[in-house]
Amino acid sequence: MAKGIWIIVEQSKLEIRKVSLELLSQGRIIADKTGEPLVAVILGKDVTELSQKVAAYGADKVILVDDDKLAEYTTGAYTSVLNKLIRKEEPQAVLLGNTAVGKDLAPRLAHRLAVGLASDCTSMEIDEESFLTFMRPIYGGKAFAHVALNARPVMATIRPNIFPLAAPDDSRKAEVVNEAAVIDPADLNVIIKEIVIAASERPELIEANIIISGGRGMKGPENYSILEECADVIGAAVGASRAAVDAGWIEQKFQVGQTGKTVSPTLYIACGISGAIQHLAGMGSSKVIIAINKDPEANIFNLADYSIVGDLFEIVPLLTLEFKKLV
Amino acid sequence: MNIVVYLKQTFDTEAKIALNSSGKIDSAGVNLVINPYDEYAIEEALKLKEKFGGEVTLVSIGNERVQEALRTALAMGCDQAILVNDPGLDNPDEWVKAEVLAKAVSTISYDIILGGRIAVDDGSSQVAVRLADALNIPSVTSILKLEVEENKATVTREIDGGTEIVEISLPAVLTAQKGLNIPRYPSMMGIMKAKKKELKVMSLADIGISIAELPGKMNTLDYSLPSSRKAGIKIAGEVADATRELARILREEAKVI
Amino acid sequence: MNFELTEDHVMMRKMVRDFAETECGPGAEERDENEEFSMEIWKKCCELGLAGITFPEEFGGVGADYLSYAITIEELSRVDASVGVTVSAHSSLCANPIYMFGNEEQKQKYLIPLATGEKMGAFGLTESMAGSDASGTRTTAVREGDEYVINGSKIFITNGYYADTYVITAQMDKEKGNRGIAAFILEKGMPGFTFGKKEKKMGIRSSATYELVFENVRIPAENLLGKEGQGFKIAMQTLDYGRIGIASQALGIAQGAYEQALKYSKERSQFGKTLSQMEVIQFKLADMAIQIEAARLLVYQACHYATAHKPVSKLAAMAKVFASETANAVATQAVQVLGGYGYTRDYPVERMMRDAKITEIYEGTSEIQRLVVAASILKEY
Repeated sequence: MAKGIWIIVEQSKLEIRKVSLELLSQGRIIADKTGEPLVAVILGKDVTELSQKVAAYGADKVILVDDDKLAEYTTGAYTSVLNKLIRKEEPQAVLLGNTAVGKDLAPRLAHRLAVGLASDCTSMEIDEESFLTFMRPIYGGKAFAHVALNARPVMATIRPNIFPLAAPDDSRKAEVVNEAAVIDPADLNVIIKEIVIAASERPELIEANIIISGGRGMKGPENYSILEECADVIGAAVGASRAAVDAGWIEQKFQVGQTGKTVSPTLYIACGISGAIQHLAGMGSSKVIIAINKDPEANIFNLADYSIVGDLFEIVPLLTLEFKKLV
Repeated sequence: MNIVVYLKQTFDTEAKIALNSSGKIDSAGVNLVINPYDEYAIEEALKLKEKFGGEVTLVSIGNERVQEALRTALAMGCDQAILVNDPGLDNPDEWVKAEVLAKAVSTISYDIILGGRIAVDDGSSQVAVRLADALNIPSVTSILKLEVEENKATVTREIDGGTEIVEISLPAVLTAQKGLNIPRYPSMMGIMKAKKKELKVMSLADIGISIAELPGKMNTLDYSLPSSRKAGIKIAGEVADATRELARILREEAKVI
Repeated sequence: MNFELTEDHVMMRKMVRDFAETECGPGAEERDENEEFSMEIWKKCCELGLAGITFPEEFGGVGADYLSYAITIEELSRVDASVGVTVSAHSSLCANPIYMFGNEEQKQKYLIPLATGEKMGAFGLTESMAGSDASGTRTTAVREGDEYVINGSKIFITNGYYADTYVITAQMDKEKGNRGIAAFILEKGMPGFTFGKKEKKMGIRSSATYELVFENVRIPAENLLGKEGQGFKIAMQTLDYGRIGIASQALGIAQGAYEQALKYSKERSQFGKTLSQMEVIQFKLADMAIQIEAARLLVYQACHYATAHKPVSKLAAMAKVFASETANAVATQAVQVLGGYGYTRDYPVERMMRDAKITEIYEGTSEIQRLVVAASILKEY
């Protein structure tokens, strides 16, 4: 019986996160192959206007839960609402992006539903028995596990920037259903005091298409401006290796690697980064890797698709100029 | 204050990963450590103990080798440890682990439960949050700063693109993000004293649950190693020429700019 | 005979190794270049309980065995031999004689703060005329009422200037030669006790090495360590145990240099293969590994005897001479394996080679060690 593939759409200040659109795009493909309806679920405040966008990316149905208590994401309220909705509607699968919200919400919801959860998946496939099976990286991406879940709904969080975006079709229409937010009072257990969003126009690292990163070869905090200039020409995010973070040259939130962020951009430019195995764990799934390093023996060259052996202080500014000509 | 730390023993992040003859991850000769993120949890627990008094109890699931990790945490200053070791628990999934931990933790008093935000082996980032749901208490993930006053906690946590400050009542489960603190080294004295501290090994029966009540929810069908990337191209020539060529390749061939 | 380390020893090795790599590693080259002693690192060592490993808890120590101590010095020295000798000199050469020969008041007053690391210690035996030959001691001590008056100077004193507590030797009766020497406990700041030359050294450049100067330094009679005339014996017994510390330091230097060579040989390619694939280099690495393994067993055996309060003189001398010669051979070969790069400051092996040399000299030269061994074996036979 067709129960639906649910995409829990993440929105912030009424902007839909790119990973949710990626999931709708991929979800559409699966919906077409399995005959299951694709359902977008949006929680928040004043979210009605978002239904058209999710329809454009492939949703057959949109479930809106519009409530003051859902204006900002909290674990308890969102878990409570989704738990009740899912138990009522019994979808086949529930998918979320592996974002800060996804990582926080999905495990709690999965346990509330007494189901398994495949986290941080990099691919999914239709399966006769388990509806969907997933591939997920383990040991920092040094291996992959192919997993299947036996309970319903099948739940997974998907890594951002893995599935391509479909071309949106603004003429698509979806059935819109409004559901009341049913929240267990015990789940209203957190008070948000303050949210501080770092003012940065550069893309979020985990979602960025292009990242330019600097490591020990940067030699100092002031030199990151070279990377920032380049990043701003091509719309990239700036990252760093652990060596640079430990040296105090750049904040930890920019660290890419096993104990930093895991990224999968289309293009990763590694400047003055040796390519230690822990760094590779964080960016090894990048589609194209460029390495710029003075040391011809640097391990990063074993991974890079294209590289230049040379001084990044000469090369990066020149590259910035070349990019300016192209953009 | 009764502080509980959920600890996992993982491979060292430097470990080379290989598959054994049965296609599973080969653990032969691998160096095992305390999950690095759990060290932040242990340190925060010890700081709470220093401030409020009380005890820090470690809880873990696994075989005898996990005792090494627990002894190290005891050497850092934790007071006792519980290890749930049962032959029935063979590669338990996150749902099973959380249910087992909930039972184990329910044998003691707890005011606050701390864990690392993610384990560097499976990278699932689920068990601690599931544990909170099983115990019906709040969970806060990825914490960067913790302030406890009586039975309330004010927590700064990491969110995408920034931070958030929230207030919750205890007991609760909190997961530690890098940057929360700098974990201490176990001192010489701590190491000497660790072997005298209680490390209780409990079976499923000891914590009041049977394997029949713990059906797995997720199966691993197979493991694989990533395909190695093809060798890349080193662009030779004068800096200006090479750089121009790189930009061209990125635009015209790789089509990423 | 159990060759396995206990769980405790494994934990200690890991802790000190992590500490050394994180805290001592990063600035080691810079401190070496600037000949800069780090009080900060010393304080961190004390916080971890490294200052009084072998002393009983009642005297502020950890109550651990000699193997724990050896592992500590080895792991510190594997990263920075200067840190290794700072801890070793403090513990073996200053705190230990007070532990072995001090009376209860002296242990309460001096040993406890040394064992906890609240105070730092040093040992003043060597003089310009008294290196291997202690009978050349020219520093004098004269009893005057309920005081002793010390005059003279000491050179090459590790931890000098920074240490608070000093165990020194002085001649009270030249006619008696070695039997006229007495040992005393001095404190930094005592009037007349000043510091002279800071030595510029080939290696262990961030270990503080200073001259001590005594001009009519008046010390209370209670600061006599042991009995008058017992000073030479105190010094010799102190050095017996101290040799285990230096042997461990040498072992650590050898291990550190060897690992650098091993790692480099796998990364560096010439003639279409890595150095590690060349038999010539493989033999060098194998020889390093063999010597280090043998040195380690000698050191650990000496520790076993020391912990069991068995006579340790011969074994400690064997361990020291073998480990120090191993350190020099291994460190030199490590530079060789790293070739041109090994000769530059970009890699730590040149520092390790410079650091290794002193281990064949201080706390009894290799020549003296051989005399000690010879005396022992000839007595046995």
